[in-house]
Amino acid sequence: MIREADDELTIFERSRAGRRAFVAPSLDVPERPLDELLAPALRRAEPPRLPEVAEPEIVRHFTRISKRNFDLDTGFYPLGSCTMKHNPKLHERIAALPGHAHLHPLQDPARAQGALELMWRLQQALGELAGLPHVSLHPSAGAHGELAGVLLTRAFHEDRGEHRSKVLIPDTAHGTNPATVTMGGYHVVAVGTDTQGNVDLDDLRAKASDDVACLMLTNPSTVGLFETGIEEIERIVHGVGATLYYDGANLNAIMGISRPGDMGFDIVHFNLHKTFTQPHGGGGPGAGPIAVSERIEPYLPRPQVVRRGGGSDEADAVYDLDYDRPKSIGRLRGFQGNYGVFVRSYAYIRSLGAPGLREVSEIAVLNANYLLAKLRQEGVLEYLPAAYDRLCMHEFVLSGAPMKRELKIRTLDLAKRLLDFGVHPPTVYFPLIVDEALLIEPTETETKETLDRFAERVAAILREAREDPEIARGAPHTTPVRRLDEAGAARRPVLRQRF
Amino acid sequence: MSRYTSATDADRKEMLATIGVESIDELFADIPAALKLDESLALGPGLSEQEVFEELRALAARNVCTDDEISFLGAGMYDHYIPALIDSLILRSEFLTPYTPYQPEISQGVLQAMFEYQTAISELTGLPVSNASVYEGPSAVVAAGYVAKLARGRRRFVVSRGVHPHSREALRTLAHAWGMDVQEAPLKDGLTDLPGLDDEVSAVIVQQPNFLGAVEDLEATAAAAAEAGAISICACDPLPLALLKTPGECGVDIAVGEGQPLGNRLDYGGPSFGFFTTTEELIRRVPGRIAGETRDLDGRRGFVLTLQTREQHIRREKATSNITTAQALNALAGLIHLSWLGRRGIVELVELIVQRTAYARDRLCAIEGVELLHEQPVVREFALTLPVPVQEAVAACRERGVNPGYPLERDYPEHPDGLLVALTEKRTRADIDRLAEVLEAAVQAGARELEQVAQ
Repeated sequence: MIREADDELTIFERSRAGRRAFVAPSLDVPERPLDELLAPALRRAEPPRLPEVAEPEIVRHFTRISKRNFDLDTGFYPLGSCTMKHNPKLHERIAALPGHAHLHPLQDPARAQGALELMWRLQQALGELAGLPHVSLHPSAGAHGELAGVLLTRAFHEDRGEHRSKVLIPDTAHGTNPATVTMGGYHVVAVGTDTQGNVDLDDLRAKASDDVACLMLTNPSTVGLFETGIEEIERIVHGVGATLYYDGANLNAIMGISRPGDMGFDIVHFNLHKTFTQPHGGGGPGAGPIAVSERIEPYLPRPQVVRRGGGSDEADAVYDLDYDRPKSIGRLRGFQGNYGVFVRSYAYIRSLGAPGLREVSEIAVLNANYLLAKLRQEGVLEYLPAAYDRLCMHEFVLSGAPMKRELKIRTLDLAKRLLDFGVHPPTVYFPLIVDEALLIEPTETETKETLDRFAERVAAILREAREDPEIARGAPHTTPVRRLDEAGAARRPVLRQRF
Repeated sequence: MSRYTSATDADRKEMLATIGVESIDELFADIPAALKLDESLALGPGLSEQEVFEELRALAARNVCTDDEISFLGAGMYDHYIPALIDSLILRSEFLTPYTPYQPEISQGVLQAMFEYQTAISELTGLPVSNASVYEGPSAVVAAGYVAKLARGRRRFVVSRGVHPHSREALRTLAHAWGMDVQEAPLKDGLTDLPGLDDEVSAVIVQQPNFLGAVEDLEATAAAAAEAGAISICACDPLPLALLKTPGECGVDIAVGEGQPLGNRLDYGGPSFGFFTTTEELIRRVPGRIAGETRDLDGRRGFVLTLQTREQHIRREKATSNITTAQALNALAGLIHLSWLGRRGIVELVELIVQRTAYARDRLCAIEGVELLHEQPVVREFALTLPVPVQEAVAACRERGVNPGYPLERDYPEHPDGLLVALTEKRTRADIDRLAEVLEAAVQAGARELEQVAQ
C-alpha cells in the first residue's frame, strides 16, 4: 500500500484551470442561442467546481488512492457476518456483455427476453435454496429486503383485518433488523439469549402475543450457531399468528443442507453480495431478493417476473413483467432491481450447481471449526475464549475480555495490529452481547494454510503483547495512515473539500 | 471439489482430526434431523467456466440493447457514453472487492473517494451536505421523505405528478406503513400546480426536470414549502444540474436523484446509485454512510466514516435509516465520470444535449399531427402527443431499427398517445433525422389505418 509522509492530494487539489480530459463530440445541429432554449433566469450562476484535470492525472490519482486500500484479492478478510468469499473473474466479463450491460430498463419485455428469463431462472433457483415457492428480486440490498419483509407482514395481517404493533428481535441481531422495524412502522421488542447462545425460549414465550406481527431471526445466528430450538420457535411464533422472518446474512452455512422454508420461515432475504459473490465494491452494490411462502405471495412488490405458456417445452415460454397484482405492497425502488448483480449471482449458481453449493457450506463450516480448533491449539483461546463452547457453523465469536484484563490490550488493539500483517481484522465489538467481541468468518474459499497462518499470527501478537502491550496499542504502524481521530471528525464534521 | 474451494481430501482429514470429529456431517449436528435435506437440491450439476459463459452470452444475445437499435428511451435512465477509464479503474480489485471501510487505516482509497464524491455531488446540487450514496433514484425519494417525516412529524406528503412514477409509487408504499397520506399535485401546462399547503404537510416533492422533461420553478416550490413549515424535496437528473439553477440556489432542503447518467451503465435498471444532499440543518438526520476528513496520530490527513450515531449499527431502532450496503462502487464511477467531464466539460456536454434536444423537438413537431405535450423549456427530454395509437407507432419504428421513446399511457392515462423522447450525446443529428423519418412514416401509416376504420 502507498504510504508517504505527505498528505495524498484529492482530485480537486490536482485541478488547474484550463486542463481537461473531455472533448465534446462536435455540434452537428444548427446552433440556437442558449438564452432562447433556457432563459438565464433558469440557469445556475456558476458552473459546478468540478476538477480540471487531463486523463493521465485522473488515472494516476485513482490508481494511487486504490493502492491505499486493502482488498480481498490481496489477502485474508475474515470479516464476520460479511462472507468475504472470492469474487470470480468470469462474472465481470459476463456482466459487461452489451446484451446485459446496455439493456435499457424500459425496453419492451418482448425485446428483453434473455434478461427476463435469467431473472426467472434466478428466482427459481433462490426459491429452491430457500425451500419457498415464490421469489421477488426487487430489493436493492439486505436491509432493503428486510424492509420488504416487514411491509409484507403488515400487508398480510391487514388483509385479515388485524393490526399488530410489535416485532420481536433477538438481542444478538444485526442493527439493520431493529432499524428496519422502526422504518416499517412497528415497535421493537428484544428477546434474550440463553447461556448456550440460543434464543431464550422462555423469554420468547413471555413476549409472544397477538400484538406481535413478526419474529426476525438470523439462523445460524450472529454468534455463528444454529438455533437448536428452531422447531419450538416456529410453533411459538406461528401460534400467535405472527410471521417468521429469516435474515439471510448467514445462509452461506446451510446451502443444500437445510432450508429456511422447511424450518417454517415465511419470508427470507438473500444477500447476493455475501452468499452469491457480488463484489462488495467498498460498500455496494448489493441485492436483497426475498423468497416467501404461498400465503405471503399476493403481497410481493411489483412488477414480478413471470413465465407464461411453454408448459413442459421451455422453448415456447414467454417471460413478462406482471404489474397486475392488486394486493401488492407496491414498489420499493425503480425498475426491475439490480440486474447486473443478478447476472453474477446466476452465473455463480450455474457454475457450482447443487453439489457445488452444498460443498460451499460444508467447507465454510469446516474452515470455521478448523480455525477455532487451530486457535485453541495455538493457545489463543486462553486469552480470547469462545463465547460459546460448541461446534460452530460458518463463523464464531471470541471474547477479548481476558486479553484486555491480563495482557492490557483491547480487541481493537488486536484488530489494528493485524493490519500490520496484511490481514483484514474480523468484525469487532459485534455481537453486542459479547464483551470485547471478535466475530470471525473465514469462508470456504480460503486454504488451510491461510487459516494456519492467521492462527499463528494472532498467537504471535498475544506473545508480543505479553512482552510489550504498547506495540499493539499503538498499531497499526505500517499502514498508509495511523489511527485516525474519529471523535474529532464527528465533532467538527468536514464532509467536503473546501475551496 | 468446486473450482472456488481448495480443501483436498488430505486437508479435510487433517482438519477434522484437529477439530476432533469424524466427518463433516458431524459439524451439522445442531440441525434437527427432521430439518435436514435428505436429497440434493434441484439445481442440476455445476458447469465449466466456458459453459457458463456460453449460456449467459446466449441469454444476453436475446436482448435488444442500445447497441442494437437507435434508442431514444430515457424516463429515468439514459444511454450516455461511458469513458474507457471508468472500467479500467473501477475493476481494480482494490475498489471492486473490499467491504464497507470499517478499518479506515487500510481503506483510505475508498474513504477518500467518498469524500471527493460528496464534494462533487454537493457542487452539482448546490447543497453543502452529501452522503456517500443511497440505492438509486426512487428509493432516494423515499429516504428523503423519511427524513422529512422524522423532522416534521406531520401526516401528509404532497408530491408532484411530474415526479417519476416509480418514485411516487415507492413513496406510497412506505407512507402507508408510516400512517401518512400522499397527495398528488397535478401538472398544468407541463408544470407542477401546487395546491395550498397547510400545517399537516411534512414535505413537498418535485422533480427537476420533471418526468415530462419540463424545467420546474424550484424557487416557488421551496418558498411555498418553507411558508407552510414543510421540507422541500427535489429529485434531480444530475447532468442538467450543470446548467440549471441548483436546488441549493432555489432554497430546496433536500436534493436527491438517480446517479446512473454519471458513469453507470444501464444494466437493465441497476445497479446504479442514488445521491442524497441536504442543508447543514438536517445533517444529523441524513441516511447512510458519510465520509469525513480528520487527522491521524502523526498529523497526516485521513478520512473516516463519520456521524455514525445516526446509523443502524450504533443506534439500532433509533437510527435515521436502516441502509447499510449502498452503492459505493457505482458512486465511484460517478465521481470518475465527473472528474473526466470537469468544470467546463460538463457544461459543454449538457449544452450539446440541449441543442440536439431542441433540434429533435423541432423535427418531430414538424410531422403532421404530432404535437408537443407541453411547451415548457426542456434540457434532454420532451413529451409529444401522436395523432395515432402510440403502441402501434412505436412498434412500427422499432421494426425499422429505431426505438422512439417511452409511451406514457401506463403511467399517465390522461395522455394515452403520449411519447417521451430522450436524448444523449450518443444520439447524433443523423439518428434524429432517422427517427423523424420512421416516426413520420409510422404516423402516416397509422393515420391511413384510422381513416380506413372510420370508412
